[in-house]
Amino acid sequence: MQFVKPDININFIAKRYIAFVVSAVMILITIISLIIHHGPKYGIDFAGGTLIQIKFDAPTQIADIKTGLGTLDIGISSVQEFGNVTDYEFLVRAKGSASISEDVSLKIEEVLESATGGKVEIRRVEMVGPQVGKDLREKALLAMFFALLFITIYISGRFELKWMLSGVMAGALMFAVYILQLFAVSIPVLMTGALLVTLVLFWFLELKYAMGAVVALIHDVTITIGLFSIFGKEFTLPIIAALLTIIGYSLNDTIIVFDRIRENLRKHHKKRLGFILNKSINETLGRTILTSATTLLVLITLFIFGGGIIHDFAFAMIVGVLVGTYSSIFVASPILLAWQKRQRT
Amino acid sequence: MKKLSWRPVAVLIVILTAIVYVLPSVWPGVWPHKKINLGLDLQGGMHLVLEVDTNKAVEDAIERIAQELRSRLRKERVRVLALDRVHGTQISTRIVGKASIDQFYKTLDTDFKEMRILSESESDETLTVVIDLPDQEAEQIKKLATDQALETIRNRIDQFGVSEPDIRNQGKNRILIQLPGIKDTKRAKNLIGRTALLEFKLLDETNDIGAALQGNVPPESEILYEDNQDPTTNRTTKTPYLVKKRTLLTGAQLVDARVQIDSQYNDPYVSIEFDKKGGRIFESITEQNVKKRLAIVLDDKVYSAPVIQEKISGGSARITGQFTAEQAHDLAIALRAGALPAPVNILEERTVGPSLGADSIRKGLMSMCVGGILVMLFMIIYYKGSGIIADLALMLNIVIIAGGLAAFQATLTLPGIAGIILTIGMAVDANVLIFERIREEMNLGKTPRAAVDAGYSRATLTILDANVTTLIAALVLFQFGTGPVKGFAVTLSLGVIASLFTALILSRLIFDYLLINRKIKSVSI
Repeated sequence: MQFVKPDININFIAKRYIAFVVSAVMILITIISLIIHHGPKYGIDFAGGTLIQIKFDAPTQIADIKTGLGTLDIGISSVQEFGNVTDYEFLVRAKGSASISEDVSLKIEEVLESATGGKVEIRRVEMVGPQVGKDLREKALLAMFFALLFITIYISGRFELKWMLSGVMAGALMFAVYILQLFAVSIPVLMTGALLVTLVLFWFLELKYAMGAVVALIHDVTITIGLFSIFGKEFTLPIIAALLTIIGYSLNDTIIVFDRIRENLRKHHKKRLGFILNKSINETLGRTILTSATTLLVLITLFIFGGGIIHDFAFAMIVGVLVGTYSSIFVASPILLAWQKRQRT
Repeated sequence: MKKLSWRPVAVLIVILTAIVYVLPSVWPGVWPHKKINLGLDLQGGMHLVLEVDTNKAVEDAIERIAQELRSRLRKERVRVLALDRVHGTQISTRIVGKASIDQFYKTLDTDFKEMRILSESESDETLTVVIDLPDQEAEQIKKLATDQALETIRNRIDQFGVSEPDIRNQGKNRILIQLPGIKDTKRAKNLIGRTALLEFKLLDETNDIGAALQGNVPPESEILYEDNQDPTTNRTTKTPYLVKKRTLLTGAQLVDARVQIDSQYNDPYVSIEFDKKGGRIFESITEQNVKKRLAIVLDDKVYSAPVIQEKISGGSARITGQFTAEQAHDLAIALRAGALPAPVNILEERTVGPSLGADSIRKGLMSMCVGGILVMLFMIIYYKGSGIIADLALMLNIVIIAGGLAAFQATLTLPGIAGIILTIGMAVDANVLIFERIREEMNLGKTPRAAVDAGYSRATLTILDANVTTLIAALVLFQFGTGPVKGFAVTLSLGVIASLFTALILSRLIFDYLLINRKIKSVSI
């Protein structure tokens, strides 16, 4: 059985401008959504606060829960259904991050049982203080930065076989980050600065494959963040794990195509680059789609059966894998073409 | 053939090792190796991050120094206008008279030479000096307080009886506590978080409590309260006491604390036993203060204030109050383990009930089975015979991950299960790359054996690259992650390494066996 015929020949490169517009629009929507929502919506891991997961033994109205909890002075900010409808589970969020002291959790049970007339089980309580939230936020951003840095070094070393140059890159990047740190800029600014420096360095050091791969990565992560923002989903620790995995995994498809491009460049060195890119993308189209398909298959089962806690993680991964597959075809390879134009002029 | 011989051996060793490690988790007691650790989110339990209020420890130290300085100066007959702790950790004092000032400096230089002079000014024979502890000393006190708090909390938890607690330092002044399987989280939190500072202080019976409550508190005394709960109405009343500030004896002089039951009213109380020095102090306190009232104060709350009837020797006392048996039991533990050197605040708390953990395991395993079966079916349909080889590799992959978890004593969490599920999808990627390449080579007209050879050798580098980038991300995540997320990084890393092994070595071995030993002529792909 074969989905993709071996002799398939779709002219992807000719359609790259459409793809550029699509990508640009998606990134623009991400930025607009982030501006409208005042940045990413942080879950309690990063913003601090309290989250209580409760389970009833019978259908219960959110309004009843709210009125019940209203009698307690614990600053409830939202009550929301969680997981499957038939589980009768709810997430209660409170702004305060004082530890659920002594009797509050007992009181919650009492109050809810009298307000709704059903049996209540408190399944999970999470409280994160503001200081811990801030620490975790910085740690998460640093982790993303380091993942990008190491992968960049690996890619530039591996693809261009210029380990020396990639070492220089890493050094320059560290230096840039150090300088930025002296100005005590916030971590997001620091990361944006570091990424810009990375891209500029790639451009001048002529590390074109690395540039294509990293642009595709930034593209994937940005759009995933954007979709999260649009759907009003929260950023939590598992979501950061998903983003990091996307950084590692969405490269797979890019690597498959790039490896083929280098192979074809050796084989058909007389042909135009556009032709070679197109040929390589088409030749590897089958595996690009298949590898993503098997991963999507398990992610979708995780999304459906994995339960509420893992739901958003699966969602982020699904988006990341889809966007990653798209970007390896329509973003990473066409960037190589931009290079050729630069060399000609 | 010679080239082949190391592979079967290596594969066999890896698989057998994995099985040896996995078996105890599937079939407990088969041999003495631990089961796979389950994280708090799967087995239920409590995760706490505490912050030790180390500034308070420094303030307490300064307060003690201020008291000492005050009594020294009184002894040396220095005329002190004022001596107070200001800004938390500084002592400000005013000395009057030339002789007093000289004597003050002498005392400071001999008995308090660790103190740092922040500022000094003299006018009209009045000296104003502000002193504090040097930064290094203060840091030392802070570090000591954190270490001591950790030790005390560990003691308390050990005596409380939690199996396999994990208590460790985190950063400068934080303590991470993980209590798997704990049910009564409220009780555990109370036990861990209470300072448990036991103090014996005399009541101030010369001044009027009524006047003190009006705001007229004598400088040597303070108002402390006793909580009383009416058992029938459940209402709490507070009884104020005017207590002398000076602490005569603390819980530091304890050797033992036990729960006893009052024979008359059947109420539980805590009996405490002092060490030799404590016993002597207690004896002299009671001897000198017969007919006066002695307040037993725990964490600034009065528990009782009995009238001393006679000298008490023998070095034991009892703390009564309205205790339930549990409360008395926990108080005894806290007193035995000692007081925290400084108060602690809970910064982070995550509690998962056991039923949610069981639910998570069920859902995780469910998704794993469904995802695994779907992927395996897909591979068989798409690649036929070769798909079976890939599926075999996939199953062994999961065994190797499980073996790795058990061997490294890593913790399996819910995101960790997600990591395994993700690995199922990613592990076959390597096989897909190889099989696609083999198909391509066969389309070029190569023989099956040459096609398989070329397929593996050409795809290997791509597979390595693709997996190394995922591994980099996983390792960074491992460094940064805590708890559940770390579990994800662990299974993902194990999965990546296992899938490299199964795809590049194991499935290759099967192909070679079929093509060389069994001499099959065509590859089902």
